[in-house]
Amino acid sequence: MSKKMHIQINVNGKDQEFLAEPRELLIYTLRERLNITGPHIGCETSHCGACTVTIDGKSVKACTMFVAQASGKSITTIEGLGDPDNLHPLQSAFKEHHGLQCGYCTPGMITRASKLLEENPNPTEEEIRFGMAGNICRCTGYQNIVKSIQAAAAEMNAAQEAAE
Amino acid sequence: MIPAAFEYHRPKDMAGVLAVLEEHGDDARVMAGGHSLIPMMKLRMADVPHLIDLQDVGGLSDIDVQSDTIRIGALVTQHDIITNDALTAVAPILREAALQIADPQVRYMGTVGGNVANGDPGNDMPGLMQCLDASFTLVGPNGERTVAAREFYEAAYMTAREDDEVLTAVVIPVPSGGYAYEKQKRKIGDYATAAAAVQLIKQGDTCVHAAIAMTNLSDTPIFSEDAGAALIGTSLDDAALKAAVAAMLNDIDPTEDNRGPIAFKKHVAGVILRRAIERAWSRA
Repeated sequence: MSKKMHIQINVNGKDQEFLAEPRELLIYTLRERLNITGPHIGCETSHCGACTVTIDGKSVKACTMFVAQASGKSITTIEGLGDPDNLHPLQSAFKEHHGLQCGYCTPGMITRASKLLEENPNPTEEEIRFGMAGNICRCTGYQNIVKSIQAAAAEMNAAQEAAE
Repeated sequence: MIPAAFEYHRPKDMAGVLAVLEEHGDDARVMAGGHSLIPMMKLRMADVPHLIDLQDVGGLSDIDVQSDTIRIGALVTQHDIITNDALTAVAPILREAALQIADPQVRYMGTVGGNVANGDPGNDMPGLMQCLDASFTLVGPNGERTVAAREFYEAAYMTAREDDEVLTAVVIPVPSGGYAYEKQKRKIGDYATAAAAVQLIKQGDTCVHAAIAMTNLSDTPIFSEDAGAALIGTSLDDAALKAAVAAMLNDIDPTEDNRGPIAFKKHVAGVILRRAIERAWSRA
């Protein structure tokens, strides 16, 4: 066992400090240490995207980062996007447009989609498919995921215009 | 999946990196984005008792476009390449290749330095850098030296970089003419079954310069000088294309794996190279 390190991270706006072995993968830190179980473990081999979180403005697979690398950074998970009483437009759109069946991939899908829409608020279908290529869904065939993201984009753009 | 325990180092400067490398020798390894190394550590195929994270080392994250050269720091990510308009204006082949690497999440983390230094024959940037005649800047205890991309790769995961050196930058002569990076892969995120990087210069109807490199068709990237030579002085008629493909096939040495048997890989290599040449020519 290697010696433990002092880790400081901010998750969904809350500072967290603890001692951990540097080899601890961030997905385990979130799920088992901090009880933030939105990000899921699908493949654990950097392929499926179920563990996607946003770290300092980047979509990252939390199974492919050591907690030591994340120290000092700000992390947003699905829990930081919305809550049951106040859903994020992407959460509402996935619900409304049947963008999920089993739901296992959904937290990663929505977290990734939130970053995609931040970078490109009005993506084409092709851009959505390309931008979501790091997230795998084994139920939906992706059609309704694309529709949900398009609907959320329209909703968010309309809200933005109304605010201006 | 839990990797073996390691000591984690996050030095603030290159002197700090070199000090850890000097102290621990073979037991230490530098990491940029970690998206090649961490999966190998999780599988316990890589044993890294001392992991040196480069993220806090300054001066490694810049893209510097000059009139005749481009310098890309080792920590520049594929995402940085894709979104840098000044770079795309002078060397669009870099963006075209970066968009075909892995998937969006991996491109936020995966770096140019890691991609070229790792020596994985599946990586796309090494062949591309050979096509562009780039050189790599290596920093070690005795200072800095430069190695041409075409001289850098010795075998799978074996390169001209010494254990106590760190690859800090890639320097590329500003390319001219038509370009294409063409890649056949089984699915998003996969390494190439075959990929080709091509830069061509056209004068009138004649090809006057051609550089061709192939990816994942040998235990190193393959810069095929003969394939390029087969195009120079021609108008890229069918005979010239056939000669270039034949020359390339003579230089590669693919092995059978889950991407297919040798004959299939050679077939795909020929198709991909032909497409790349045709696309580069249409842009020349």
